[in-house]
Amino acid sequence: MANDNVKRPTREKGEILLEMRDLRIEGESDDVWHQIVKGVDLTLCRGEVLGLIGESGAGKSTIGIAAMGFAHPGCRFNGGSITFDGIDLMNAPEEVKRKMRGSRISYVAQSAAASFNPAHRLIDQTIETETQQGIRDTQASIADAKDLYSRLRLPNPEAIGFRYPHQVSGGQLQRVMTAMAMTCRPDLIIFDEPTTALDVTTQVEVLASIRAIVEEFHTAAIYITHDLAVVAQMAHRIMVLRHGKLVEEAPTREMLAAPQDAYTRSLWAVRKLAKEESTTYDLILKVEHVDAAYGSAVKILDDVSISVPRGRTVAVVGESGSGKSTLARVVTGLLPPTKGSVKFNGADLPPALAQRDKESLRRIQMIYQSPDTALNPRQRVYDIIGRPLTFYHNLRGKALKDRIVELLKMIELDESYIDRLPGEMSGGQKQRICIARALAAEPDLIICDEVTSALDQIVQEEILKLLLRLQAEFEISYLFITHDIATVRAIADEIVVMNQGKVVQQGLKTKVLSPPHPAYTELLLSSVPEMDPDWLTNLLQKRAAKTK
Amino acid sequence: METKVPRARRSKTAAALRELKKAPWSAWFGLIVLLGYTFVALFAPLIAPSKESEIVGDSYMEWSALYPFGTDQLGRDMLSRMIFAAQNSMGIALAATMFSFLTGGILGIMASILRGWFDQAVSRFIDALMAIPSLIFALMMLSILGSTAINLIIVIGVVDATRVFRLTRAVSMNVVSLDFVEAARLRGEKLPWVVFREIVPNILPPLITEFGLRYCFVFLTISSLSFLGLGLQPPTADWGLMVKENATLITYGDITPLLPAGAIALLTVAINFVVDWFLHKTSGLRDGQ
Repeated sequence: MANDNVKRPTREKGEILLEMRDLRIEGESDDVWHQIVKGVDLTLCRGEVLGLIGESGAGKSTIGIAAMGFAHPGCRFNGGSITFDGIDLMNAPEEVKRKMRGSRISYVAQSAAASFNPAHRLIDQTIETETQQGIRDTQASIADAKDLYSRLRLPNPEAIGFRYPHQVSGGQLQRVMTAMAMTCRPDLIIFDEPTTALDVTTQVEVLASIRAIVEEFHTAAIYITHDLAVVAQMAHRIMVLRHGKLVEEAPTREMLAAPQDAYTRSLWAVRKLAKEESTTYDLILKVEHVDAAYGSAVKILDDVSISVPRGRTVAVVGESGSGKSTLARVVTGLLPPTKGSVKFNGADLPPALAQRDKESLRRIQMIYQSPDTALNPRQRVYDIIGRPLTFYHNLRGKALKDRIVELLKMIELDESYIDRLPGEMSGGQKQRICIARALAAEPDLIICDEVTSALDQIVQEEILKLLLRLQAEFEISYLFITHDIATVRAIADEIVVMNQGKVVQQGLKTKVLSPPHPAYTELLLSSVPEMDPDWLTNLLQKRAAKTK
Repeated sequence: METKVPRARRSKTAAALRELKKAPWSAWFGLIVLLGYTFVALFAPLIAPSKESEIVGDSYMEWSALYPFGTDQLGRDMLSRMIFAAQNSMGIALAATMFSFLTGGILGIMASILRGWFDQAVSRFIDALMAIPSLIFALMMLSILGSTAINLIIVIGVVDATRVFRLTRAVSMNVVSLDFVEAARLRGEKLPWVVFREIVPNILPPLITEFGLRYCFVFLTISSLSFLGLGLQPPTADWGLMVKENATLITYGDITPLLPAGAIALLTVAINFVVDWFLHKTSGLRDGQ
């Protein structure tokens, strides 16, 4: 190992490395300070991996950053203590903290693509901290970085560092960032949702690499995520946070086997949502042999045929780049296909948006992934929901207002929301407004493009339940685009698996989800993390056995 | 679930007043100066002691109780001409700025929505226009077309529209790519709705700021053109023109020519103060709170 010249105290599991007592952090908005972290105790031993889990706003990232003695701009410590290996981080001079960051405590951020400087080569960024702080000279650092790259199972470790960030994939970038965090052999690494932005198949590789290298160097880690199944693979111990407070803390296996708190149990429940499948031969949408391309060169969709039965849900599953969102664009008319046809209610739909009449536009509605960008921030709920009512159904005045209130009731929001702006609602509420906007048109088909992936798990469940209820009530069909298998189990009747612009498999849910699978479906399904803490270990063994 | 409790909804005027109370002294100074100028410009004929081009005495009379700033080279009252100049210069600058925003703004938004050949054609044409130094372009056009108020407005408006086009196209491009614009198009909305209901409200803050700054530049351009003799023509009063007409006085140690110059400077500073504050309040795309 190349770190012989780096002097470090011996590492033994059991010795306490990081201790937070009654940590309180407050943040400012609109000139008012309010508490984000409300008195959390945290203890971390050397070599231990601690999972922090909770919804957005639970304060998990803030606590993670606090472990480096740092508070985001607009936030400040207002109580408690943080001790790292005997050093009081809250009162230590900035110079001391600066020296420790990167060398003794390091950080791996969620979006690797946004965290790398696009103008520098990966290797220069990887070794920056250690050469800056004079821990090693450049030659030794480069050799060590290459060693780390190979340990993290990056392809071509000798050469990959000499590429620029945009020349490698997202999963590889995330591993390079892990290597960067590891260069100084820190005592503690903070992983802040390192795999959230990745596809499931890539996620497996990154998780395996991170776990292996943390074990190898006996590094303590704080692993922050909102995904229970992921944290189950990575952490020795889990802390569940909510609204800046600790809800429950236990060793991973204990917590998975017997969650104590009602809130923790509700986190578990989401994954158990499931729907009885059913189907019908009354087809609402038929996409036949469609090819589509942006520009002229690259085919994004290649001979895709799918059908959606009336009042049922067809889930389109695939990774990023599989063409599933492009399929939605073809159906809506945003991207006319180069070949093939789209039939709706038995009649051909004109390929381009401009050629479609109001009536066929009304019948197909769309709900987007991010309610933040799908709602005009300067329009009130009244205008957002009211516009399609006026536009398609010519409602005005009192009739319009009554109908808006009725729609708000359908999405389980009360009348008082009618004059709110999107900025005054939570993510789940905003997504409900998007659903109401689609419902207002009284459509036959709603295309749902990753509608739950930007939401917290509990909110996800509420939105899925709402969608199911509306489907039963109004016989709406959903074309449900997602990469999340748990969501598919919860909502789908039929499944279409897509890969690289082609349909790999399609059929009833139970049929697609039960073996034997085509190779790609197998890979996709097996990559979905399960709650079993041994899942990753077993999976890696199974895959290793297969390649032998 | 985390829910934001919204504050009780304030009326727009109440919200504006609240912001004003928190405004820094520079913004207050700017606003007061701006209001003063506007008042003078609007009621010029009522305030001014004598008519715009009325000869009231000898040329270059000294400051006195009767003529506070003396008289100019033809014996016209300086103070009255200063007051009328406010009306002329500010009015024409406003018209020219509005013209440039109307053309540049609409073209910019259209280019960002339609993209393709339209964007290419307009952008390259604008590039070509911008390649010509603007003062030289304005001088050339005005000497060809003649220096009437309308021509002045159009020529300066066109020159400035190029900058407005660039800005509008850039900020609008960011909004056009958002899902709510796509949602409106999927609904079947026509172009005017998409432009004025979905896009314009979201790009208004940077545009308003730019309007203030552009106004200053237009104002300075008009004054420079007048100083060079191709802007407003005598006997119309204009601050730039007045500097030129009375420039000789400065050699005799009389500061009168500095008065119209000072009026220009004060207005520019005031507008910049107000715009700075507004920019600080609404920087970038904020949610509508």
